[in-house]
Amino acid sequence: MSTKVLARLEQAFGASILETHDQFGDDTAVVDPSRWLEIARFLRDDEACSMDHFIDLTAVDYLGRAEPRFEVVLHVRSIEKLHRVRLKARIDVSASDDAADDANAETALARIDSLVSVWPGANWFERECFDMFGVAFSGHPDLRRILMYGEFVGHPLRKDYDASKTQPLVEYRAAANEKLPPFDQHEGMSFGRQTHAQRPAARNLLGFETPGLGED
Amino acid sequence: MSSSISAAATTTLVLEGSEQGFATTRFEDVLNWARKYSLFQYPFVTACCAMEFMALASPRFDMARFGAEAPRFSPRQSDLLWVVGTISQRQAPVLKTVYDQMADPKYVLAFGTCASSGGFYDNYTTLAGIDKIVPVDVYVPGCPPRPESVIDGLLMLQDKIARGDRTAGVVKPRFDPVQLRRKA
Ligand code: SF4
Repeated sequence: MSTKVLARLEQAFGASILETHDQFGDDTAVVDPSRWLEIARFLRDDEACSMDHFIDLTAVDYLGRAEPRFEVVLHVRSIEKLHRVRLKARIDVSASDDAADDANAETALARIDSLVSVWPGANWFERECFDMFGVAFSGHPDLRRILMYGEFVGHPLRKDYDASKTQPLVEYRAAANEKLPPFDQHEGMSFGRQTHAQRPAARNLLGFETPGLGED
Repeated sequence: MSSSISAAATTTLVLEGSEQGFATTRFEDVLNWARKYSLFQYPFVTACCAMEFMALASPRFDMARFGAEAPRFSPRQSDLLWVVGTISQRQAPVLKTVYDQMADPKYVLAFGTCASSGGFYDNYTTLAGIDKIVPVDVYVPGCPPRPESVIDGLLMLQDKIARGDRTAGVVKPRFDPVQLRRKA
């Protein structure tokens, strides 16, 4: 149904629509990130499209699998025309204006235009996307972290963020890792974080020694 | 320690010589006896374990039988901090503040696996056990724990209070699943 929308986009933006497909019936257009805002506004305002329902905005990190690294994904729908389209833009961590940022890949941001001026509903989605992936939305009225706390460094859903790296706000107690009765050294839970390297070698059912994870 | 709740409870001698019409005891024992039956609780309830907490507080399991039914929504008036559910790193300072605001003597009960150890959340956002930031008196494992095991935990805490024991305890299952499987 909305292949019509894809055709309309291609007609209006030509080479800025990098590719289109309708895998599993979901019409998708990969667009030039520099015209992101323009295309979004067109989707909303164009008579034939009239995308008035913002559904979702998020990002995917294809670190080491694709260049550029991030894909920002937008889903919008038309309540009136009952069609739906998915828009993607591929962006990379940009050379930042701040020299200190360049040294630290963890905090370097990828940049794209904000869609809050087109669909106000995009506000918190873009904040989440900024918080989790470090995608900065230019023109966003209030780009702050929304899930993590202000003291948090880095963006946890990036593939290069170590999943077990915590950034505690309260200092841990010294006695926090004591084993508690009735648990033995290698029995039960430690009631503390047990890292894989500490896990003892286990015997499997056939009696072979299998090394503990992380021991090789 | 945790395996012998009932045995320990009967061996705690609070009153001596009451059949003669008078009694002697230690002042501390009377005080602890009063404390253990008048635990004012501060529920710090954050996640799915709350459902089981509601079951515990409602008539079927009836926490009120043990003198622990009065919730106080000011930590300054409460003795027992129930930490019910997952605590995130972002929430940890709040929990610490609440704990610090409670007046001594204060007790902490970790309700559920998340509060005890972080549970299956092994990631950037979850505190791996509240004992990282506040001392815990009783751990009640389970995801969520059944109300019976929470009652076990509460009785264990009362027993500890009576004995003046401040070491941590873990509620063990009433039936050992390994033993059960062997029998079957
Ligand atoms: S222990 Fe289980 S039920 Fe309780 S808060 Fe954690 S995940 Fe939820």
